[in-house]
Amino acid sequence: MHIPDGYLGPATCGFFYVAMLPIWAAASRIVKKTLAARQVPMLAIGAAFSFVIMMLNIPIPAGTTGHAVGSVLVAILLGPWAACIAITVALVIQALLFGDGGITAIGANCFNMAFAMPFVGYYIYKIISYRTPIGSRRRVLAAGIAGYIGINAAAFLTGVEFGLQPLLHHNVNGQALYCPYGLNVAVPVMVSEHLLVFGWIEAIVTALVIKYLQEHSSELLAEEKTSS
Amino acid sequence: MKIISKFWIIMGVLIILSPLGLLLPEHFKAGAGWGEWGSDEIQKSAGYIPKGFGNLSSLWHAPMPDYRFKGWEEKGLPALSFAYIISAIIGIFVVASIVFLIAKVLSKK
Repeated sequence: MHIPDGYLGPATCGFFYVAMLPIWAAASRIVKKTLAARQVPMLAIGAAFSFVIMMLNIPIPAGTTGHAVGSVLVAILLGPWAACIAITVALVIQALLFGDGGITAIGANCFNMAFAMPFVGYYIYKIISYRTPIGSRRRVLAAGIAGYIGINAAAFLTGVEFGLQPLLHHNVNGQALYCPYGLNVAVPVMVSEHLLVFGWIEAIVTALVIKYLQEHSSELLAEEKTSS
Repeated sequence: MKIISKFWIIMGVLIILSPLGLLLPEHFKAGAGWGEWGSDEIQKSAGYIPKGFGNLSSLWHAPMPDYRFKGWEEKGLPALSFAYIISAIIGIFVVASIVFLIAKVLSKK
């Protein structure tokens, strides 16, 4: 889901950088208020976990690959704003050091995976697990559903961003200047592969970690720690 | 054992498993993620290289492109798996350190 350089035109790249600026500013302001000093190592490890899980590419029959992201898990444990900062750092390092995702597309990639995904997932988890005990099975299910919908929301946005490019940028012959695939191709492909395969991987990873924490370190799931 | 130490052990396991992200796609002959192709693959699937794409796509030259060392493209899978593990270690170290520093500064009340 990492959009490389060259797929998005300057207008889209600029738009998402500008859109992310107030989000990053709000994230640092809110995390400053809500993140306790003892949660700092957890946030670092959450970002590292997301980084390494994105390296685990899974092949699908269509001949392409995809992976889980881990944003929803970090959001459930430390809140969506903290997740936004952690996943942003992971995405920036992937782009700069490893060329995974373009530097012109950092704004868009962060919007999809470090903003939309953790927020959608976090609130779905909150709604489904509303007032249930920390150790309940409903929380495991809520985490799985949140992971599934969260990554699909990000995939949908990525598809829309790809698909808008031929409309925004083309030459007189109608040939695209950047991403050559329109909404009719990009959105169904991005969404279907995540609905069918990668969404389930995200769901299972998210649910399993929450289940493990319920049994071994349930204080990490306590409500007040995930204040947003 | 503290949960954080357990997490680092799990992270170590994930680092060792990380070459699966390279070997599995290789085994099933799967290319890059949808929409993450380079110009050759775009040329093949769309029939042309979009003009702006050509200009932008080579904008940044990452020091370890695709989680491997520069010039290792032709080396075999064992060498690339080794590079993948080193990339995972470097990436995790850099990401965790930066987030740790940012969070440390922000959480100072």
